[in-house]
Amino acid sequence: MRLALVRRDLASRPAMVLAPLAALMFSALASLLLFGVLGKPAGLALYALLLEPFLSWYNFSEVLLKMIPLLLIAQGLAIGYRANVFNIGAEGQLILGAVAASALPVAFPQGGSVWMLPAMLLLGALGGMGWAAIAAALRARFNANEILVTLMLNLIGFQVLTYLLLGPWKDPKGFNFPQTVRFPPDAMLPTLIGGTRVSVALLIALAFSLLCHLLMRYGFLGYQLVVSGLAPRAAGYAGFSEKRAIWISLLIGGCAAGLAGAAEVAGPIGQLQRSVSSGYGYAAIIVAYLGGLNPLGIVASAFLMSVIYIGGDNAMVSADLPVAAVRVFQGLLLVFYLVAATLVRYRIEVRAPAPGAAR
Amino acid sequence: MAPLLQLTGVSKRYGGVLANQGIDLSVDAHTIHAILGENGAGKSTLMKLIYGVETPDAGQILWKGQPVSLSSPAEARKLGIGMVFQHFSLFETLSVVQNISLIVPGTKADLSRRIRALGDEFGLSVEPSAMVHELSVGERQRVEIIRCLMLSPELLILDEPTSVLPPQSVQMLFQTLRALQAKGMAILFISHKLEEIRQLCDQATILRAGQVSGRVDPRHQSTADLATMMIGRAMPKPLPPSDRPPAEVRLALNGLIYRNSDPFGVSLGDINLTLRAGEIVGIAGISGNGQRELAALISGEVPLAGRARDMIAMMGAPVGHLGVAARRQAGFAFVPEDRLGRGAVPELSLSHNALLTAHGQGLVRRGVIRRAAEADFTRACIDGFDVRTPGPEAEAGALSGGNLQKFIMGREILLAPRLLLVAQPTWGVDVGAASDIRQRLIRLRNEGAAILVISEELEELFEICDRLHVLHKGHLSPSLHTHATSIEEVGSHMIGEGHSATPTATPTGAMA
Repeated sequence: MRLALVRRDLASRPAMVLAPLAALMFSALASLLLFGVLGKPAGLALYALLLEPFLSWYNFSEVLLKMIPLLLIAQGLAIGYRANVFNIGAEGQLILGAVAASALPVAFPQGGSVWMLPAMLLLGALGGMGWAAIAAALRARFNANEILVTLMLNLIGFQVLTYLLLGPWKDPKGFNFPQTVRFPPDAMLPTLIGGTRVSVALLIALAFSLLCHLLMRYGFLGYQLVVSGLAPRAAGYAGFSEKRAIWISLLIGGCAAGLAGAAEVAGPIGQLQRSVSSGYGYAAIIVAYLGGLNPLGIVASAFLMSVIYIGGDNAMVSADLPVAAVRVFQGLLLVFYLVAATLVRYRIEVRAPAPGAAR
Repeated sequence: MAPLLQLTGVSKRYGGVLANQGIDLSVDAHTIHAILGENGAGKSTLMKLIYGVETPDAGQILWKGQPVSLSSPAEARKLGIGMVFQHFSLFETLSVVQNISLIVPGTKADLSRRIRALGDEFGLSVEPSAMVHELSVGERQRVEIIRCLMLSPELLILDEPTSVLPPQSVQMLFQTLRALQAKGMAILFISHKLEEIRQLCDQATILRAGQVSGRVDPRHQSTADLATMMIGRAMPKPLPPSDRPPAEVRLALNGLIYRNSDPFGVSLGDINLTLRAGEIVGIAGISGNGQRELAALISGEVPLAGRARDMIAMMGAPVGHLGVAARRQAGFAFVPEDRLGRGAVPELSLSHNALLTAHGQGLVRRGVIRRAAEADFTRACIDGFDVRTPGPEAEAGALSGGNLQKFIMGREILLAPRLLLVAQPTWGVDVGAASDIRQRLIRLRNEGAAILVISEELEELFEICDRLHVLHKGHLSPSLHTHATSIEEVGSHMIGEGHSATPTATPTGAMA
């Protein structure tokens, strides 16, 4: 007996929507099993992971807060992924965005201008774009693989951050902690909902999502990027420049990640520190794929991923889960989603034994 | 004695389409049996049933008198059925011998030796160590045929095998097939070239709309009769050429030189060509002699260095340094030889495939796609060029080769190009659609467009072209007037024996 994947003539729309939900369900079941084997209270863990974030207003607002960087970054990455430009460097681009945005409040710790915050956001976006531009230039000029380059730039970006925090930008009154001064009010994003830490950056992220949706659905540029990804030779035939697609993909990704970095330092963190990103740049990759690389789907998947972040924190406390458990859950989610997405497009066919049937 | 292969009442349904309906077919050893039919007549489905790719919904398949149920090509191969597909099943990143060793047992050295031997014997020469992605379409098909022959099957199915072979090789292939027939092999030969079928085959089964519409001995039928049986109506007469005076030059290649960095690719040397408004010029030649490279250079997919800008001129202006988009803006359009993945994106709808090159026709305003205009353009293309499809939202990959070619051809013609380059206009297209496409080209020429046609089908070039060049090993022959030359003269240029064919010919194209 042999199993074969056969491409379906038409992928059903309901199945496409159900795929992420099925993935979520299977991840929950698998982690129940896993937590059980670990000897942890599995039911409690799952309750903390998936339900507790909804049960208090504070927890829910924290979910919305976490969603901001995930949503921004994943939207930017997804556009590149549609064009077959695999930017794995959102982490580094976020760090450089945060660094660039922090330059202003570090230089003017007293604030004093209402323009400081807009300028910081702009600098953040430019910082992320600049970092991504290195990979774009190397790929467009020398055909250096952007996956490797962006991945390595993440490590370099972190070293840049560490250098600044241990050296020139260290808060002189900070008891030698590797962090900058706390930012003045002029450098902080206003909160969106009173009594919570949710900043107006949530609106920026949602507006950015809408822009991405319009670009990919109605924009000729989005169409060109999709063609570049699906059939590079057709793009060449039509005269859509490959280099342009590389530059645009990486710059959009860098811009979004840099903006997310600026929103973190000007939002919940309020200063530049080494833990400016808790792996958002990598988690956003999962978010992008979980959302089917579709801007609207990504809004949902970013929300889900951020529930898991907050729920994971809760579960560590209430169910005594190890830190890695959340990562494991994220990984399970991605794997199950990829399986589900494959089954939406293909069906499994059982065939009679046929040795050597290579065709 | 029972026939080698017998089908009785075989039917196959895909969704709502009855692709094969009650087909009876009987193939004897020692025969070459033609399967004739238009695109969508059910030829490919029938072959897939015989080769075990698909299983029939009804009916029976008998092999040497015994009922068999084939559930995979491997089983068919085990019985002794081999098939050469129209769309190649080769791994591009592997070499020829590696591809063959996936199916044929034996050491690489031994296989290489046998590949060379088969190549010498049947005129299917191919370098065993060459990488498949570097081979031309014609060479790839040679690999497919060789791979099949190496398994010495009792029944060989060939799907449009001659469409990419030069005349000399076609004759050699026919000799091969006749030799195999003499050894007792049965051959199922699918082709739309009626002349070939009359020349080669001793039985023919004609399919129309999934049913058998005739069983004849093609040697005793005229081409017109066969065509009528196949398409159910008489063939349209070609349009007469127009007698326009020579007009301005739309494309000029001035000593075009191209060094191919790919060691298996073809370099072009000192190519001179002039193409004027209101004429069709053909480029003949065996595949793999630089056609691919020449087309990519003219289209701009391979741009030249800035200092070589004068080597290519369009509408009187040098364009050698410009990219595809700039050349298209000047009024250039192009139908490439690869439809899926180059001329069209298989995963996208026809509407979105129209947008690929027609975005300048008011389909995009301020960077926003105008859905209504896009749908209108697509519908005009579908209706105007008889593309058989459920509608503009159908995926391009779901169309048959001939229909997709009509769509791409239609899209490029609707751009109202001043200069049109067409590579292999009717490759793998059935006779009805092919004659349609040729008439379109002639009409476009008569309306004043300049058309360059790269084709391996000499009859086609002789039918539609005003002048011909022959490409051989990257060099272009002098211009030959179609009315003043012969198949023989062109043929001798094709194998590099043209008497006046010094590779550095004087600039050509002045109308005599």
